[in-house]
Amino acid sequence: MRGIRRTHILVAAFAAALCVPAAGVGSGNGLPTSIGKGEGALNLIEWPAYSDPSFAKKFEQQTGCIIHRKDAGSSNEMVALMRTGGGGGGGQYDLVSASGDASLRLIYGGDVQPVNVDLIPSWKNFLPAFKSPPHNTVKGVHYGVSVQWGPNTLLYNTQKVKPAPTGWASIYSGKYKGKLTVPNNPIQIADAALYLMQTKPSLGIKDPYELTSGQLAAAVSLLKAQKPLLKRYWNYEADEITSFKNGDVWMGAGWPYQTLQLQKAKAPIKEIVPLPTTGWADTWMLAKKAPHPNCAYKWMAYVTTPQVEAKQALVFGETPVNPLACPYMNKLEAGSCAKYHLNEPASYYAKIKFWKTPVPQCGWKPGNGCMDYNAWQQAWTQVTG
Amino acid sequence: MAAEAPALPQADPPGRRVRLRLSAAVWRRPWIKGTGLLGPPAGAFLVVYVGALGVLLLSSLWTVNAFTGELVHHWSLANYRLIFSTSEPYLRIAGRTIGIAAAVTVTDAVLAFPLGFFMARVAPPRLRAVLFVLVLLPLWSSYLVRIYSWQTILSHDGALNWLLNGLGLPDQNIAYTNWAMWIVFSYVWLPFMVLPVYAALERIPESYVEASADMGARGARTFRSVILPLALPGVVAGSIFTFSLTLGDFITPLLIGGTNSSFIGNVVYENIGINANVPFAAAFAAVPVMVMAVYLVVARRLGAFEAL
Repeated sequence: MRGIRRTHILVAAFAAALCVPAAGVGSGNGLPTSIGKGEGALNLIEWPAYSDPSFAKKFEQQTGCIIHRKDAGSSNEMVALMRTGGGGGGGQYDLVSASGDASLRLIYGGDVQPVNVDLIPSWKNFLPAFKSPPHNTVKGVHYGVSVQWGPNTLLYNTQKVKPAPTGWASIYSGKYKGKLTVPNNPIQIADAALYLMQTKPSLGIKDPYELTSGQLAAAVSLLKAQKPLLKRYWNYEADEITSFKNGDVWMGAGWPYQTLQLQKAKAPIKEIVPLPTTGWADTWMLAKKAPHPNCAYKWMAYVTTPQVEAKQALVFGETPVNPLACPYMNKLEAGSCAKYHLNEPASYYAKIKFWKTPVPQCGWKPGNGCMDYNAWQQAWTQVTG
Repeated sequence: MAAEAPALPQADPPGRRVRLRLSAAVWRRPWIKGTGLLGPPAGAFLVVYVGALGVLLLSSLWTVNAFTGELVHHWSLANYRLIFSTSEPYLRIAGRTIGIAAAVTVTDAVLAFPLGFFMARVAPPRLRAVLFVLVLLPLWSSYLVRIYSWQTILSHDGALNWLLNGLGLPDQNIAYTNWAMWIVFSYVWLPFMVLPVYAALERIPESYVEASADMGARGARTFRSVILPLALPGVVAGSIFTFSLTLGDFITPLLIGGTNSSFIGNVVYENIGINANVPFAAAFAAVPVMVMAVYLVVARRLGAFEAL
């Protein structure tokens, strides 16, 4: 009996450690109304290069907030890092540059806290699509500020793929069987759903991230049919770059970042952005127990200024959320504002379906009829496993 | 003098008295000494090894609230039902993991036996030392570096195809397939098989071989009836390493695997990050634990632990 009781204590301790991030012991519910003096440090969970020294150095000099970086390789890694060290757990990190497939998980998991956007001067200049997007704003409460975005693009080898592809249909057709690649990410189901929205209107898909079980099953069967056509599912950007570079893969879904790197390496790779498409948008989100909130607010205000937005966009190959960055981009690289589609009309943004974590509530019909992210993960394992 | 005599015990410092008492007590009750010596490591073993495993198994019986990611402390076998359901991919993934681990183990045994035999019984001492270094050399570099170098060898414009083309043979597309995983695993775990096989072969006394020859056995018969049975525990001991290391891996499938290459470890890794579905990950992680338990029982029967 005694042994059992001891195990109980162990289990309870472990369970408590797991529950704390979700329990919501907040550091005050009232939003700050001004940014205080910096705490001297800022701990970031970021996509590699999201606080590139080319623009972060100046921030450190101006504010005295010294940046400590933890690079994450995937959205899942970011969520895991926040659960263990950012949210309630260690109170170790201040900000996370979460993409749309992670941000709602962090909000509902209680890992992040509301942010007062009035303290971010550039926020009012943002493109309307990124002021209060559904992936970081819930019921009018902001849990961070948008920072950059990009479309998911179709990469192809110009020497092998002739004629050049015109749309997403190319990655579901057998013409280049065994030479295709797509990301190893459950959110890829949305790409299939978006394709089905156009090719099979009878399924009644309204939003590629809000699927009923029937619609999810249809997307899964499309992805299962696609599987034999693929060389591999890529896990990290570098994997996809390698596969294109050494000729194992000729065409596939990726991001402008990969194209940029491949073109820098003189590989014969081009990309198209077939519309409509899926895309990602990243948000700097404030950890629930951020130890340096003032530095965090200063950073959010700094990275959204037009000059810094322009610099970051060109370092990473993505698009600012602040259109005032356009002239600065052109100054850094002629024509880059148009190249990254920052000068497009609102109708263009309507054709990009930005990642958001699937949740049980459907936005387009009452009730909890939609499949949540767990179901998506299991469906994705069914496809890839 | 007589006046000083009663003062003597008082001159004895109190610390020394306590120490004497303690040492007497320990001498009278030997179990105190044993407990004091073994207690800390045993406690650490219980908490760190067995405790972690116990928590793993317990949490596999819970579920997770999909919406908030909170743990639901409600006992159920739902996770295991999902894993063992034939309409789900998990049995297939477990089967693939175990199958490739077994294939890697057999491959390594076949490769390691002649090498170990040569090192233990044929090679002169200096050559033996050189061979030892060569076997262990790959372990000096990072495991990741070795996987990436195989990626370079097997890829479309890699060294393998360059060689094949040079010989006038057609290209092979081995990168990103289960064949690639089999090759890479067999390569990275080979030293762990060679060493115990070598140790087992080295321990066979020369006199046994001579006795066998005196009784009229030829080389093949001696090998079959003397060398092989005595070396078998070494092979089984090595197989524990190659099998369990392959069973628990998830990086090789990630980097060199194709579209049908997910391992148990990959599913576990993916489930931890997603809604922190620790219970399901724990349930699936319990599968290799069970497989290894069965494997170790069989290995014990075959005498592997005497060869370690």
